Amino acid sequence: MNTDEHEHVIEVTGLRRVYGGGFEAVRGIDFHVGRGEVFALLGTNGAGKTSTVELLEGLARPSGGRVRVLGHDPCADRALVRPRTGVMLQEGGFPSELTVAETARMWAGCVSGARPVPEALGLVGLDARAGVRVKQLSGGERRRLDLALALLGDPEVLFLDEPTTGLDAEGRRATWDLVRALRDTGTTVLLTTHYLEEAEGLADRLAILHEGRVAAAGTPAEVTAAQPSRISFELPEGYFVGDLPPLAALGVSGHEVRGRVVRLRTHELQRAATGVLVWAERAGVELRALDVRPASLEEAFLGIARKASGADRAEERVV
Amino acid sequence: MSTGVGTRGGADVPGVRGGAGVGRGPVATPARRMAALARAELTLLGRSRSTLLSAVLVPLTLPVALRSAVSQMDLDEAGLDVGLVMLPASIGFSLLFGVYSALVGIYAARREELVLKRLRTGEPRDAEILAGAALPVVVTGLVQSLVLVAACTVVLDIPPPGAPHLAVLGLLLGLVLCAALGAVTATVTRTVESAQVTTLPLVLLSMTLSGVTVPLELLPDRLASVCALLPLSPVITLVRGGWTGDLSAYEALGAVATALAWTVLAVFAVRRWFRWEPRR
Repeated sequence: MNTDEHEHVIEVTGLRRVYGGGFEAVRGIDFHVGRGEVFALLGTNGAGKTSTVELLEGLARPSGGRVRVLGHDPCADRALVRPRTGVMLQEGGFPSELTVAETARMWAGCVSGARPVPEALGLVGLDARAGVRVKQLSGGERRRLDLALALLGDPEVLFLDEPTTGLDAEGRRATWDLVRALRDTGTTVLLTTHYLEEAEGLADRLAILHEGRVAAAGTPAEVTAAQPSRISFELPEGYFVGDLPPLAALGVSGHEVRGRVVRLRTHELQRAATGVLVWAERAGVELRALDVRPASLEEAFLGIARKASGADRAEERVV
Repeated sequence: MSTGVGTRGGADVPGVRGGAGVGRGPVATPARRMAALARAELTLLGRSRSTLLSAVLVPLTLPVALRSAVSQMDLDEAGLDVGLVMLPASIGFSLLFGVYSALVGIYAARREELVLKRLRTGEPRDAEILAGAALPVVVTGLVQSLVLVAACTVVLDIPPPGAPHLAVLGLLLGLVLCAALGAVTATVTRTVESAQVTTLPLVLLSMTLSGVTVPLELLPDRLASVCALLPLSPVITLVRGGWTGDLSAYEALGAVATALAWTVLAVFAVRRWFRWEPRR
């Protein structure tokens, strides 16, 4: 087995998926995931996350482009890929009348080199619920059962479609710890989420999907860095934006004025903030409601959603 | 099994990697996978009162209801007697209600619960998933048929079969064919409830025109030769022929070929059109 760190465990090129009705859910996306990486697909509902993951899982053939998982086509070379992958679908998929243990036993019989069932249930803290019917589980417990089954075969590659949706804060944290522990043992994880803090906290790299395209991709820091930081303040009576030093010289890339409130966008936060504050100090001006905010993933995410819903639909590719 | 995780800044979650295959299960072979699926499905069968009722009780009680109707039939002319109508009819009921109809409901339920989709993300192949789910009702249908054959033989004083191999062949073909037809019908069945409707055409057609209740021998020749081509007709013909022992080799081969043709057609249809997840 190739254990090269730079080996691409997942490779996606020009991927497209068109549904029967003609709806194009995935419109040509490219990304790759290296061995041992945690990669997050981030996006609003309908961005194409699940449509993409299902192609990676080999549940459907792409309408265009190419998918490779562990060097194979996950759909055509199913028998080669499946023993090495673990999958957690967005929704359950268990007979409601079976107990937790019976469900896990069924699944274990279908998995090569399965962990013992009690161990798998223990990983997600469901061992005490082994005798309970699936229909009596809470939504969060069902998510955890799904995760336990995805981990039964000790997979090299793990696909998690919205793994923490429906979990409470504690359950979410436990899942995050589990994903980190798996990454530390070399498991490659691809997860989808619409929680920004989940992507920011877990992912080594991420791609923000919007309307079936990759709107931004890179490490959380890279995606964030591509977004401008913001400075806003309120000018006192008698002062105008024109009284400030030339904005371009301060590294400000854009500004807007609404009444007395001034908002500046900059990629050089320190320089711009210093310029504004030094000017205020010298002019004896008190800047009220001063707010200096570095770029965040949330800004990037909201910016992408805003941009695409407006007239400007130009594709922004950060990496 | 509490080998810890080599955490590099990650949280400490014990047992994430068991390490070196200690205590790991065997490689999943097709037989092992189907056995695991069949076992789960058998457990579910035992917990589904409605499926049990229609799959077990109906085939066991219908023959009793049919008996008085059969005794009114003019069977002597066709060289048959009550026993030779009742026995294939009982097997027909088992196949139609115990296997076919039950399986359509099972496939629809597993699809609705997204179980089929979930299973397709794993190692089992498509055919294994469908076969694993079918196994319990196929075995139930087989046992039921044998019980009914024994009961009919005792109660109706039927002589031993003249050509038992034909009867066995007919029963086995019938089980496979009904499982395959169940999967075909499931492709056009959206929900468990609609399975009660989508299974009706084949059930009614088979009961009336495939010789299950009314022997083909009693129909006009022209109609009978067309009806002989219906899916369940060759099964009933082989079973009845197995007991009378007067089926020619030509007739037997024709029946086997018809049954196989339907099976091949059904398998093709399933591969082409089976839906693994609900429509959205």
